Amino acid sequence: MTVTTAGVLFIVSLLAALVAVHKPFGDYLYRVVSGTRHSRVEQGIYRLVGVNPAAEQSWGVYARGVLAFSAVSILFLYGFMRLQNHLWLSLGFDPVIAHGAWNTAVSFVTNTNWQWYPGESTMGHLVQMAGLAVQNFVSAAVGIAVAVALVRGFARSRTGELGNFWVDLTRILLRVLLPIAVLGAVVLMVGGAVQNLSGGTDVTTLTGGTQTITGGPVASQEVIKELGTNGGGFYNVNSAHPFENPTTWTNWIEIFLILLIPFSLPRVFGRMVGQNRQGYAIVAVMAILALASITLTNVFELTGNGTVPQAVGAALEGKEVRFDVSNSATFAAATTLTSTGAVNSFHDSYTALGGGTLLVNMMLGEVVPGGVGAGLYGLLILAVITVFVAGLMVGRTPEYVGKKIGSREIKFASLYFLVTPALVLIGTAAAFATGNNSTALNVGPHGMSEVLYTFTSASNNNGSALAGITVSTPWWNTALGLCMLLGRFLPIILVLALAGSLARQQPTPASEGTLPTHRPLFVGMVVGVTVILVALTFLPALALGPLAEGL
Amino acid sequence: MREKAMTTSTPAPHGTADAATAGTPATQGNRGGGLLDPRQLLRALPDALRKLDPRTLWRNPVMLIVEIGAAFTTVLTVADPSVFALAITVWLWLTVIFANLAEAVAEGRGKAQAAALRRAKTDAVATRALDWSRGAAPGTYRTESVPAPQLRQGDVVVVEAGETIPGDGDVVEGIASVDESAITGESAPVIRESGGDRSAVTGGTKVLSDRIVVMITQKPGESFIDRMINLVEGANRQKTPNEIALNILLSALTIIFLLAVVTLQPLAIFSKNFQAAAPDSNAVTDGGVTGIVLVSLLVCLIPTTIGALLSAIGIAGMDRLVQRNVLAMSGRAVEAAGDVNTLLLDKTGTITLGNRQAAEFLPVDGLDAAGVADAAQLSSLADETPEGRSVVVLAKNEFGLREREPGLMPHATFVPFTAQTRMSGVDQGAQGGAGGARRIRKGAAAAVMKWVRDNGGHPTEQVGQIVDEISGLGGTPLVVAEHVDGQPARALGVIHLKDVVKAGMRERFDEMRAMGIRTVMITGDNPRTAKAIADEAGVDDFLAEATPEDKLALIRKEQEGGRLVAMTGDGTNDAPALAQADVGVAMNTGTSAAKEAGNMVDLDSDPTKLIEIVEIGKQLLITRGALTTFSISNDIAKYFAIIPAMFAGIYPGLDTLNVMRLSSPESAILAAVIFNALVIVALIPLALRGVRYRPGAASKLLSRNLLVYGLGGIVVPFVGIKLIDLLIQFIPGVS
Repeated sequence: MTVTTAGVLFIVSLLAALVAVHKPFGDYLYRVVSGTRHSRVEQGIYRLVGVNPAAEQSWGVYARGVLAFSAVSILFLYGFMRLQNHLWLSLGFDPVIAHGAWNTAVSFVTNTNWQWYPGESTMGHLVQMAGLAVQNFVSAAVGIAVAVALVRGFARSRTGELGNFWVDLTRILLRVLLPIAVLGAVVLMVGGAVQNLSGGTDVTTLTGGTQTITGGPVASQEVIKELGTNGGGFYNVNSAHPFENPTTWTNWIEIFLILLIPFSLPRVFGRMVGQNRQGYAIVAVMAILALASITLTNVFELTGNGTVPQAVGAALEGKEVRFDVSNSATFAAATTLTSTGAVNSFHDSYTALGGGTLLVNMMLGEVVPGGVGAGLYGLLILAVITVFVAGLMVGRTPEYVGKKIGSREIKFASLYFLVTPALVLIGTAAAFATGNNSTALNVGPHGMSEVLYTFTSASNNNGSALAGITVSTPWWNTALGLCMLLGRFLPIILVLALAGSLARQQPTPASEGTLPTHRPLFVGMVVGVTVILVALTFLPALALGPLAEGL
Repeated sequence: MREKAMTTSTPAPHGTADAATAGTPATQGNRGGGLLDPRQLLRALPDALRKLDPRTLWRNPVMLIVEIGAAFTTVLTVADPSVFALAITVWLWLTVIFANLAEAVAEGRGKAQAAALRRAKTDAVATRALDWSRGAAPGTYRTESVPAPQLRQGDVVVVEAGETIPGDGDVVEGIASVDESAITGESAPVIRESGGDRSAVTGGTKVLSDRIVVMITQKPGESFIDRMINLVEGANRQKTPNEIALNILLSALTIIFLLAVVTLQPLAIFSKNFQAAAPDSNAVTDGGVTGIVLVSLLVCLIPTTIGALLSAIGIAGMDRLVQRNVLAMSGRAVEAAGDVNTLLLDKTGTITLGNRQAAEFLPVDGLDAAGVADAAQLSSLADETPEGRSVVVLAKNEFGLREREPGLMPHATFVPFTAQTRMSGVDQGAQGGAGGARRIRKGAAAAVMKWVRDNGGHPTEQVGQIVDEISGLGGTPLVVAEHVDGQPARALGVIHLKDVVKAGMRERFDEMRAMGIRTVMITGDNPRTAKAIADEAGVDDFLAEATPEDKLALIRKEQEGGRLVAMTGDGTNDAPALAQADVGVAMNTGTSAAKEAGNMVDLDSDPTKLIEIVEIGKQLLITRGALTTFSISNDIAKYFAIIPAMFAGIYPGLDTLNVMRLSSPESAILAAVIFNALVIVALIPLALRGVRYRPGAASKLLSRNLLVYGLGGIVVPFVGIKLIDLLIQFIPGVS
């Protein structure tokens, strides 16, 4: 079997698995978020935190819930890291430096999992398990909850209510993320991922030196890292580490976990608005762009130009031999398409255009399929913008699944798509204007790409790094922390505001004159709008980075 | 605003033609399209220059940014003159001027109409009655002369033949024929009388005969003509909801591009310093991208095309309505017309012809139809009602019976139709002794049957059956009977009068259905009759035995289901429904209450026009959407022109992006800027005329418009920029 065939089989089998699973799993998710019964454990939790699970929330209350919960999480994580030397299982590490703790706290609460530090030599086991891993769960749940609230905005009418944030959060945690994480962890352990509380084993290497091999609760963090599109690895080298991702088939499982929830959420959308075909249209947009991107990354890496890649037949530098080029490229595409940011290879070593594709994946706004929840709401915003322009072209006030897209709706949608590009562009320009780009390893176009990639990753809450740049300085930690924070919560506020205004509307019945939003033509338009918006926004910057390098 | 309009409105040939034809019903269809008259552009130029004032331009953020950019490059050019800088600066200014020109041209058309209306608005002197009371005889109350503008609501004025009505109001006494051509363009006088649905009169129209007493209903300065002038001039034009939404989207895009361009500078400096060996060019120096090029890039990227044409599209949309003699009181109503889901149409006059017509002769008792037709025709010769005429026409069409002139028939006495007898007929004297004198009667079934019985006859059961059948079908039965001297009178047959659906209505309704609009027929007929006509006309639904309350309830019900409703009406009892409907079109012949309640007035009083209004509303939205798509698609080609022009000097690999093979960086950038400006002028006619709208399903419309304006928007600039580049490459200092 040639490398190409193996790579194609890998992708096709992933696709087949996702096609098979997205419907039943989506239906399950739908039942979770729209059920009315509460389990005994859940009732206990509601009593404990003093929440009335039957109380519905307006968009403002829902948003306050999200923000308050996240603010408390950030403060808690920050304190945790700053005080870790006083805590159990600290492995003797020092407290995390202030700007670094701020960065990491924001990073994990925003589902970014940007890591400026090597995990195994900075964080003790307790911080990893009770701090970071917990955030891996709850930040993912927050994303899904916000997406569900937006979908309720479309599905409901003449109400100001979007559900109950605390109920959504609890149910998603208890009924979706935890069970799958437990199951997944066992599977990964079978595959060879480690799961212990060891402080490290000293071994003598071949050359006679000593090396400390850190163990820890790896498998449990690994699984939620992928499932919740978090990406923060236990080890510095992330999923390239054999303790995190031992074999080709665990690699397959990890990619599957990355894509599972984002690709299933459109089904929830379809079910909730009562038109499954609307969900199919959204998932089709995601699938088309994702496949195109995965294919492009593979092509660029397999046919990579440059002296070394041409000599060995592909761009193998920075990739694990056990995964080979194709499976690394597929992982890289999946992780950048989903705001996961986990890596099983060194993105900095990718060919200029291959790395550029990963960069563009994130610039798409993390929507195909995007992070858990965030991908769906991001794509729905793009669908709203598409509907607006297309709807005008059929001579009606545009409507999407029965809801009119008026000035209020377009205001929120426009502001939404302004936020991340603004953060990326301003951040990148600021780094160059202030000379902070000097910490990049490379000069010239590749150095440019490194800086651009960093800000794109942080602002889009991806968290992967092109690496090759030192970001542990106060400037970088502060700036990236701000990008992550604003890049997460401004869009969430806007999405919830949009949901609130949609929910208040009464639905317009569909007629022959209504723009059909489930046909291939519309799917094509959303794809076009997504790509064109990104191209128009970032082309000048891309021209000086990956394009200058690769053309 | 108004003074300015007065001084600049010099109605030149084209303009006056507009004003003159504005009044006539728009049978000429999509007028005002075609190529733009260059003289029209020239005339609008002073206005366009005046609009360069930033205080005017701030309403259009996209163009304001272009103006600021142009001002900036002007400063740069003065500081460091070069052919390239000068050319860019000139074209940037032209971009703003072209945008203003589009708006000025659109406004210019309205101004010509406004000028024509102003001529009608003479400052008449009114005769105000001071202590008038209903029924008071002329001369029993005091009157005084006051200038028309001083009239207040509730004042009562007397208008004699030959005088101009001083203000809008209702006739409270008398009846008069009024020349309303100043407003409607229709020269035939109309009757206005107190009471009923024909009582409204409009200021500026002229009483031709008789004398009426009018109670003024307008506030000073808010007359119908004032409102018309404001509307056609666009004096206080409010942005419509969709226009506001589109503006928000365009502003957001502008901000993004502004960011993309501004943040490019540090990156460019970094890249230039990295490739220090690359020579400085007009585009990039060690200090980064030059100001001229940065502004050019920005102007090319922000959606200038749609930004420039947006307000012209709105003004032209209103203008198209005015050309069809419809006055929309707000742009919001025009947009709502495009969104309408349900059309309520009155049966009579809209779906069917105003009067019932003879459709069939049904003989009884073994007689033949031709004989019945002959008798029916004879008895209808003296019936001048439309129904009577239709009997004569049918007899001619079906049986070839020539119309006999009453004078050509000796011994015949004609009995004309009266409302009292409800019959018409003819009495033929005995002819040459062959048989006795013959009397024929035709008329309402009950009246004729009574006549038969009175003359010794007994109508057979068959007559009663046919009459019932016709009534059941919703038609009107007329019975024809004869009485020959010496014999008992007998019924000959029955004429079936029925509502005749206007030609082409079924096709119209099919079109509506394809557009997703449901048509509901409103009628006072019984449900069975209503159903028969509804089936024949092809409407989707009907409301029978409708009272004004039923109408209002139906509108509310539709609206609760999220649908937008349009209707027409003219009577005072229509007013609540007109006000409740999302689009209420009042007939100009109607009462002032109806005109006040609706948000549009049709000066031709043609209820069918609702359908055209819907199409205009849709066209307005489509034009905006299409040009937005075109504008954004254009950016792709501009990037391919400008990015290699800026950076291929630093990174030669980027020359791969120069797919158009433009001759030099300077000519590439200039070509993009020139194209960006010229495309505005090229699209002015489209903006004014509106994108062609063919009724059809949304998906078809979308694929067509997407192909033309989306794909076209991507391809056209590649060709255009290349062509411009081929031309300007010879300019020294650019090549």
